Amino acid sequence: MIAELGLAALWLAAALSVLQLIAGALALRDGSGELASLVRPAAIVQGLLAAFAFVMLLWLFAVTDLSVKLVATNSHSAKPMIFKLAGAWGNHEGSMLLWVTVMALAGGLIALVERRLPERTMFATLAAQAFVGIGFYAFLLLSSNPFERLPEPALEGMGLNPLLQDIGLAFHPPTLYFGYVGLSVAFSFAVGALLTRQVGPAFARAMRPWVLGAWIFLTLGITAGSYWAYYELGWGGWWFWDPVENASLMPWLAATALLHSVSVLAARDALRAWTIMLGVVAFSMSMLGTFLVRSGILTSVHAFAVDPERGTFILFLLGLYIGGALLLFALRAGSVAEGERFSITSREGALVFNNVMLSAILGIVLLGTLYPLLTEVFDVRVSVGPPYFNPAGAIFTIPMLLVMAVGPLLRWRGDRISRIKVPMIVIAAIMLAVLAVVIILGSYGLLADLGLAVAAGLAIASFLPLRGRNLLRVPIATWGMVVAHFGIAVALFGMASESAFSEEKLAAVSVGDNVEIGPWNVSLLATRPVAGPNWTAIEGQLMASYDGGEAILLKPQSRNFWAPPQETTESVLSTRWNGQLYAVIGNEASGGEGAERWQLRLWWKPFVTLIWYGGILVALGGLLALIGRVKGDLKRRYVQSRLAGRKEEGESA
Amino acid sequence: MRWFLRIAIALAAAVSGPLAAQQSLPPAPLAYEQLPDAEQEAQAQALMETLRCLKCQSQSIADSDAPMAGDMRHQVRTRIAAGEDPEAIRAWLVARYGDYVSYAPTVSETTWPLFAIPGLLILIAGMILWRRLRKQA
Repeated sequence: MIAELGLAALWLAAALSVLQLIAGALALRDGSGELASLVRPAAIVQGLLAAFAFVMLLWLFAVTDLSVKLVATNSHSAKPMIFKLAGAWGNHEGSMLLWVTVMALAGGLIALVERRLPERTMFATLAAQAFVGIGFYAFLLLSSNPFERLPEPALEGMGLNPLLQDIGLAFHPPTLYFGYVGLSVAFSFAVGALLTRQVGPAFARAMRPWVLGAWIFLTLGITAGSYWAYYELGWGGWWFWDPVENASLMPWLAATALLHSVSVLAARDALRAWTIMLGVVAFSMSMLGTFLVRSGILTSVHAFAVDPERGTFILFLLGLYIGGALLLFALRAGSVAEGERFSITSREGALVFNNVMLSAILGIVLLGTLYPLLTEVFDVRVSVGPPYFNPAGAIFTIPMLLVMAVGPLLRWRGDRISRIKVPMIVIAAIMLAVLAVVIILGSYGLLADLGLAVAAGLAIASFLPLRGRNLLRVPIATWGMVVAHFGIAVALFGMASESAFSEEKLAAVSVGDNVEIGPWNVSLLATRPVAGPNWTAIEGQLMASYDGGEAILLKPQSRNFWAPPQETTESVLSTRWNGQLYAVIGNEASGGEGAERWQLRLWWKPFVTLIWYGGILVALGGLLALIGRVKGDLKRRYVQSRLAGRKEEGESA
Repeated sequence: MRWFLRIAIALAAAVSGPLAAQQSLPPAPLAYEQLPDAEQEAQAQALMETLRCLKCQSQSIADSDAPMAGDMRHQVRTRIAAGEDPEAIRAWLVARYGDYVSYAPTVSETTWPLFAIPGLLILIAGMILWRRLRKQA
């Protein structure tokens, strides 16, 4: 019964999105068609119905209804409740339902609260949102029904794999989905504004919170994903240019560019066509990411559920929406005036540079990700990895970071370089000094050297916009920019430092042996067998002391699961302010006579944690900007309603 | 994101039960041991980070516990220790396993767009900037 309710709600929601599309399109054509008054309510009810369907799915998982196929294949009655619930979206059908639900709720929310835009633009926006929604409803209902029943209820669920019971796995995908879907709203706004040719600051202000929100989620999702890769894999790497990682990075790059150009549009009414274009590109990258991950096209472990039918369906949607939006853009771009002019040495000029560089980086990542898939079609297999992405990306990243250091110091519209001569010299001096020191210390490779130098300069530069201002009166959004830019510098420093200063030690040791790594001295105190619910493990007890200080006990494990049979390593991390010691114990070493020897893998990674702290700072900066902007919008709305009220009073008096 | 790897390994292991016997062979000696010469080890490490583990997905042989990655690490270290040039080792591996094994694509008939397109991007980016910023100066 619950499953049928959920399915019925989903069909109703799909039907309402058709109504929303038709009513919105008619209202757009006639100015105010008879159905116009239905557009907003349709969007709101559609959101509620989709949410209801998702709650029904959660319920099915909570009570482990084994007559439902999805529950039987992905859950188990003995799972802890949190993982039962997380299981609802930890699979293809459920995650697509989550996608549709978030998108429908977002559509309902803009229908409910967004009153700043001309009503026609809103109709067009909601129609666009419905148009995208219909495709995903169709995908869900026709090829990925999450509420499908089994002919005979299963006796027990199949989803007790403890490896899937990871709190990271539970919350990482939804975080990215919120980001992806937030960009769908930006896309709908862009299409709506294109249809009515009303691209201006009001449109930018309506779109901005969605872009910011999506960007915060994407930032957090990527940061968390990178940290899990780092500690789960057991080899100390934190970014692999894996297609699935790239699938989350590409929307982030596009959203970062969009975020900056939408700010220019809101503040200065410039870069109109450019902002629209980025809105289209950002959501296209989201859909491309979903396609790559969900279709099984990748030569990647993530795509273990290979299903060509679904892949073709998503590819069709991808072509329809991206192609449609680009066609619309091509038809209308000519009639969207570019907006206010500005000089090359202005805030806008720097932001244009940043936008072009981000787009170029996006191009490189897109090329490197898709090219191997393309050649595979012709039976040529090539690998594109770090040796390609790092230098090719750096060609655009480094100039972008240099401009990013000075851009916020420039004034809007037009400025003179001579006005910011002093800070520019200071920043350049810091960068050159660090570069010189690093090269003298022993060059660590061009990219790492440059990374350290640019990070140092950028860290200082990111605070310069606050210079000479009363810190208490600096707007929250400006603080957001400062924190986010500083976060980029922090993360960059972590990346460059990890690449430059990491030390690795692989050793076969007996109990009592000592290993020196960087400033650490690590000795194997003992090994002992331990047992878990479905695994046995060898646990190494390591005494690690930093620079002759007091030793701490670390317990890495090498686990053997028996159902299914599989070996995993549980790494341990010892975190200090200046880096992390990363320890892994492997199998018994071969070839040793006499005493047992164990494989130890140790890394000392100076300042590696800054990579993720930087990511968190960037997201925090985004959050501050979002708070600042929403506060500003609310204040503006309040002032306007007061003015209107006073006017009415005046007229009636 | 890599916990998926474990799941995939689990699935692969479940399907290929008989292979488990093979996995119990001890790994090659230099799979988990560094070369005594720090400079040679650094060379080997740099090379290993750019070679794909063919049994895994999207991992270099420097990042993998797969037995084949271990064997390849042993190969790389042995050859580096024997004084071979890293690029010669890469060429040898490419000749043996195909272009797929190397993460560093080289310009060839099939890969030239990977190098031409970034060049094109630089031109396009330069052109956009020049047009936009010059016109409005």
